[in-house]
This record gives sequence, structure tokens and C-alpha cells, in this order.
Amino acid sequence: MKSKRFYGKGLPNVDPGQLKGTLIVLEGSDGSGRSTQIGLLQNWLERRGFPTVVVGLKRSELVGEALAEAMRGNTLNAITLNLFYATDFADQLERVILPSLKAGFVVLADRYIYTLMARDIVRGSSLEWLKEIYGIALVPDAVFYLNVSPKILAERNFRKRGFLDYWESGMDIQRVGGMYDNFIKYQAKLHRIFEALQKEYGFTSIHGSKSVRAVFKEIKTKVEKILTASSAAERGAAALEVSAVSAENAEAPPEDDAPAK
Amino acid sequence: MAPKLNPKEIEGKLIAVEGLDGSGKSTQIRLLKRWLELEGYKVFFTEWNSSELVKKATRKGKKKKLLTPTTFSLIHCTDFADRYERQILPLLKGGYIVLADRYVYTAFARDAVRGCDKDWLRKLYRFARKPDITFFFELPLEVALGRILEGRPALKYHEAGMDMGFSKDPYESFRIFQGKIYEEYGRIFKEFPAERVNATEPSELQQSKMRDIVKKRIDLKSFKLKAQGVRL
Repeated sequence: MKSKRFYGKGLPNVDPGQLKGTLIVLEGSDGSGRSTQIGLLQNWLERRGFPTVVVGLKRSELVGEALAEAMRGNTLNAITLNLFYATDFADQLERVILPSLKAGFVVLADRYIYTLMARDIVRGSSLEWLKEIYGIALVPDAVFYLNVSPKILAERNFRKRGFLDYWESGMDIQRVGGMYDNFIKYQAKLHRIFEALQKEYGFTSIHGSKSVRAVFKEIKTKVEKILTASSAAERGAAALEVSAVSAENAEAPPEDDAPAK
Repeated sequence: MAPKLNPKEIEGKLIAVEGLDGSGKSTQIRLLKRWLELEGYKVFFTEWNSSELVKKATRKGKKKKLLTPTTFSLIHCTDFADRYERQILPLLKGGYIVLADRYVYTAFARDAVRGCDKDWLRKLYRFARKPDITFFFELPLEVALGRILEGRPALKYHEAGMDMGFSKDPYESFRIFQGKIYEEYGRIFKEFPAERVNATEPSELQQSKMRDIVKKRIDLKSFKLKAQGVRL
């Protein structure tokens, strides 16, 4: 197993060499099937006996609530929003992700710094600045990007909630043109940025318009390899016997998150 | 179409004061503000404290002791960014002289003492415009400590640097913490330009020297409403 490292200088008093767990990241817009896949992955891992913890945006104890509240007010400027999210990320990194990895957990991140970076780039921040800020972030063992076209994303959001989210439509940047058009434009922009980030960070891009099962199979195969390699490294020669749990055994995804036909 | 706001596009000016608690910098910048406003210049004063938006989270973090050096730094930077984007930057664009009681150097000093990487801190705050004039108030550490601790005031947990575990006694902890900030300030103002103010001199002497510097370095007459072609 490759030993862990930070993107930049990392955090004061943290030795990444002590982090023996596995960090798996799923990225993709709302409606990409991300949460469904996280759920499947968690069930699969826990069934196999891997202690698992899920982290995600706006879920920090420190600022999660305050951030959600501030966003309801629609009064945040771009840099403030960015730094608020960075605080939210850092709190989860230091108080959930790192301790969990130290204890050998599998950490599933329902979005990570890449979403934050992409959103900030759309709003005018430079990649170079963002890289500096997120130099505190740990390099994940795998990053999956669920790539779904804006039109399908919109359709899935309609089916799930009946409306498009204000921020996911980039309404804070542009109001003219109406929500649907803005959603399509904004998501297309994010997608282009993700493609650029993919080259830089080496994500595994998966067509999220495939069936839930097919997407899960792709993710599972890769995660399995990582876990096998890491447990082999951990237990010396005795590699973990990998019992192939087929996707058929995985729980059925919730109806409302099923991909659009 | 954006409405035409300021036909002459006067860029504002930013003046900051930095120094230890007890250095008298707040008194001096308030006097500077009074002077500028009585002379009829467009001036605005802003303090290094919480914006409404972030205050609640900061309070929670402090109360529940959730903050690490990194999140302490980030949450205060978020707070500053809110004030910067909402207030400081628009005022500067609107042709104001903005007076800041503490600026990014406060974060550089305080967060570095808490263990954050210095280079990371400078980059974090890169969005903030550099002040046109920074006044750095210098005085011996013991004098500053004496002024603050004289009345044995109640010291807050983070204010005293208790989170650093320097000492169990808040006063002792405060002394150690301020001492380290004092040293860090010294390094910071070797790196960044500042006008040094001898904070042991009489108040009115400090003030007159500051006013001279302001007059010399800022073309004050362009900060009158009339000069900017704005009729209310």
C-alpha cells in the first residue's frame, strides 16, 4: 500500500504515515447517483466487516449548521462561501477523517475538495489559490467522478424533489435566463472544470447514466483492489481472502434515485 | 447594464493599525478617524471582530472547544472574508478611506503562534488587499502586559491562549502567548512594510506623527465628496 500523503504541507502535528485506513471519494453533482452509491458501498463494506464512516459537505459539527443557515439567506459572497466550506472541510478532516483513518476505518467521502474547488473556480477563484488552501487535504486512495449530463441531472432532480436547487443552478452568479437554463449552463461549466481537474488529480470517471448496478460494479472492483492491497501490506504476506460479493447481493437503491431512462 | 456609480473612479485607501493589546492602537485609530471625518473626508472605520454571519459558529466552536489551530484560523478567515467582501472592498471601490483596527497581520501573528504554517497563512489571506499604510505600534512587552493585566481583568480562554496549554494559570498563559505574538509581529514587520509608531510616546505626539504620514502618503483632497463628483 502506498503510504498516505497530503496535497500540500498538511496539518500541524499530523504524521500521514500513521494513517492506515482507506479514503474513498465520490464526486458528482446532485442527481449523479452519488449518495446511492455511497449507501451501497457502505453496506457492502460493513457486511464484509470493514468499519466504515461517511463524511460529506456541510456535515461538520463546527460550522455545518451555520453554513446551511447562511446559505438559506443567500447573502454570502464568493470568497466567504469558499472559506466557510473550507472550515467545514477542515473540521471533518481533523476530527473525523484523520482519527478514523488512524483507527483503520474506511472513510467514504460524499464529495471532497474537488467539488469545492470547482465551485470556487466558477465563481472566479484561481486554481492556484485553492490548491494552497487545500494543501491541508489528504490525498485519497481513490476518487470516482460520476459523470452525468446536465439534462439528465435536471431530470433526476425533478423526479426526486420536483425542483432545482438554487445553488446547484448557480443562481448566485446569474439570475437572468431562468432557473432551468442556468442549471444547465452552470452544470456544464462545473463539468468542464471537473474534466480539467481529472487530468490533474487522476480521478476515475464513470458514466453515471449507466445503471446503478453497473456503476456500483465499477466502483466495487476498484475499491476491492485497494482494500486487498492495503490489507496485504498490513498483514504481511497473508492476503485477505476476498470473497466476491456480487452486486446482486447489494441492496436495491431507493426508487427516487434510480437513473432516468 | 451596471449603473454608472462613480464617474471619476477614485480608488479608496486602506489604513491599518497593528500591535499588541495595550499598545494604544485603537485609541490612535479612533483619533485618526475623528480627524478625517471632521475635515470632511469620506472615511469608514472597521474592527477585527465577528460578522453576524460567522459569529454563532465561532462561539459554538469556542464554547465546545472544537477548534484546532487550523479550524480556528479558517473560521476567523471566513469571518474576515465576509467583512472584506461585504464592507471593506465595496467601500474602497466607492472611494473611501477605510481604517482597520487590526488586519491580516493579526491573523498571521496569532495563528502562527498556534502552529499554523506561515506560508499557508499568507496564501490563505491572499484575497485581501494590502494596506496603503500600516501603522505598527511598538512598545516593550512588559509595558503592554502591565497595561492589560493591571486591573486583573477576566481573560477569555482563547484570548489567554489557554488552548495552547502554556500554563494552567490564565495570566501566566496570557503572558507567554502575548510574548510569542510579540516576537512574531517583529518577524512579520521585517517582511511587510509598516510605519512604526513608538507607543510609549505621549498620545498627542503619536497622533500628530500619524497625521503627517497620512498627509504625506495620501492625496486627501480627492477623498472629499465634492472632489469625487458625487452630489447627494
